[in-house]
Amino acid sequence: MSSREPRWEHFSHEADIGVRGFGATPAEAFEAAAMALTAVVTDPARVAPRKVVEISCEAPDLELLLVDWLNALIYEMSAHGMLFGRFEVTVEGGKLRGRAHGESVDPARHQPAVEVKGATFTELKVERQGAEWMAQCVVDV
Amino acid sequence: MSRVEQFDLHPIGEDRWQLAPRGRMRVPVELFASRELLEAMDERVFEQACNVAMLPGIVKASHAMPDAHWGYGFPIGGVAAFDPEQGGVVSAGGVGFDISCGVRTHLTGLKRGDIDRCRERLADALAANVPAGLGSKGLIRLSDREMTAMLLGGARWAVERGYGREADLERTEERGCMAGADPDQVSARARERQRQEMGTLGSGNHYLEVQEVAGVFDEAVARAWGLEEGDVVVSIHCGSRGLGHQIGTEFLRRMVVEAPQHGIQLPDRELAFAPIASKLGQAYLGAMRAGINCALANRQIVTHLVREVFERLFPGHTLPLLYDVSHNTCKEEWHQVEGERRRLFVHRKGATRAFGPDHRELPDALRPTGQPVLIGGSMGTASWILCGTAESESLAFSSACHGAGRAMSRRAATRKWRGRQVVDDLAARGILVRSPSMRGVAEEAPEAYKDVSEVVESAHRAGLAKKVAKLVPLVCIKG
Repeated sequence: MSSREPRWEHFSHEADIGVRGFGATPAEAFEAAAMALTAVVTDPARVAPRKVVEISCEAPDLELLLVDWLNALIYEMSAHGMLFGRFEVTVEGGKLRGRAHGESVDPARHQPAVEVKGATFTELKVERQGAEWMAQCVVDV
Repeated sequence: MSRVEQFDLHPIGEDRWQLAPRGRMRVPVELFASRELLEAMDERVFEQACNVAMLPGIVKASHAMPDAHWGYGFPIGGVAAFDPEQGGVVSAGGVGFDISCGVRTHLTGLKRGDIDRCRERLADALAANVPAGLGSKGLIRLSDREMTAMLLGGARWAVERGYGREADLERTEERGCMAGADPDQVSARARERQRQEMGTLGSGNHYLEVQEVAGVFDEAVARAWGLEEGDVVVSIHCGSRGLGHQIGTEFLRRMVVEAPQHGIQLPDRELAFAPIASKLGQAYLGAMRAGINCALANRQIVTHLVREVFERLFPGHTLPLLYDVSHNTCKEEWHQVEGERRRLFVHRKGATRAFGPDHRELPDALRPTGQPVLIGGSMGTASWILCGTAESESLAFSSACHGAGRAMSRRAATRKWRGRQVVDDLAARGILVRSPSMRGVAEEAPEAYKDVSEVVESAHRAGLAKKVAKLVPLVCIKG
């Protein structure tokens, strides 16, 4: 994991919301995009790293891998009521291994704005922009 | 440049526009909208509707409803029918993530004056009894066997388990049970996402509302349906919850990965499809129909939870169901196309089925009028009850609009409003809001949505469905 703070942002979609992460490597950009995903629901700073969930996925290209990674996190959030505030990702040869640190959702404390239904292929991009990588897609809420 | 010039749109009827086939389009695009709504649409709506017109086996036209907006592959508010005999396809993006999301409306037999005294109590009791929002859990835990029974049985399963009455099923599309569901195609992950979510509202634009009939526009139909000005009704807007979302996620990916095998260049990855006749197409249809049953069962359980509250506060008021519609589906239906009766797979992504009078799918009680078409508003704004028309069949395979659509992104909304302020402002207007999340309320602020009434007027003028009653909210439970 990078020692720097993950850099992420949201971008507008008519009905939903886009998540975008930046980093020196695709893996770092994926970590930051995951932070943007959490921020759709709640302030990531409010999420305590009490539990770790291991995630692995495999896809034919980096863009599909981003969708798979975000959907794996959405699954953990939905099926197990988790929120995550810190991520560690490695990407090697189409395989992603990730660790997501977080806790069970507490509606009063986290004030979850919305639940995310899925990561989509809309505005899906994983690309190098100059010296850094950018990873983004729209998520359906 | 106006949208009309930009996309070379030709008026072909009232609030009806055609975009002639060009490039690889097999059929024209037909949009139903007033000039004002059309000009306000995102240009990607037109691009997406054109992309849909390129898909194999599409019949007649790629349609867009008056509330069309930028979606995933298909526009939201898109209607497209495919012929399985002509290489027709099914698309997970053409149904969406929230499979069979829909609206049901109950009559209460109460007048506005009857509930005024205890409106706060009613709001609190509904909020306490109906789980809403992220992190809320349903009271029912399903074993694997019960989950399978639910996926096969839909609202019928729920009624058999005591969550409602036989009469509710008559007033639900497919009589409450979607045929052709294949629970074996529903993954363990999809089931796991649903395990604690039966009978929950979810979040986002989903809601439970107590509403007042504020205006009647077709006296005869309203009377036939038991609606009068001043009546109190209850509407529920939610879908297939985590299970449907997971089915959408998994099949969208499978269709994207398999797309190159069909030898068709997709203008947009998300438009991915599978031929209806293929293994993947059949697997998706089986899973998606199970998702429809999940949504129907879910709304049926929410109905039961609402009835528990009314039984306590207003004994004897049993809340008969007016109707239950779904607006994210693909359904096998028979339609007249140029004088010929054809079996088609009709995708309605953010569009409501709107069968007209005498349709054989309707229960006897609704045949003289046509079906109720329930159009949900957003928190604090009006909702509408429309009625299916005879001409809707020839216009857009008996389909109408489904809601308002956002006018402002969630982010812009949270910059502009605070949830507490939104709640207080609505309370000052006589609308009680209950929600576990103030940020959620800010994101769903009424002004963040387009005016649904304009959309409804346009659907009415175009003949897709006709206006029957306007509803205004009194109590709104949000996730």
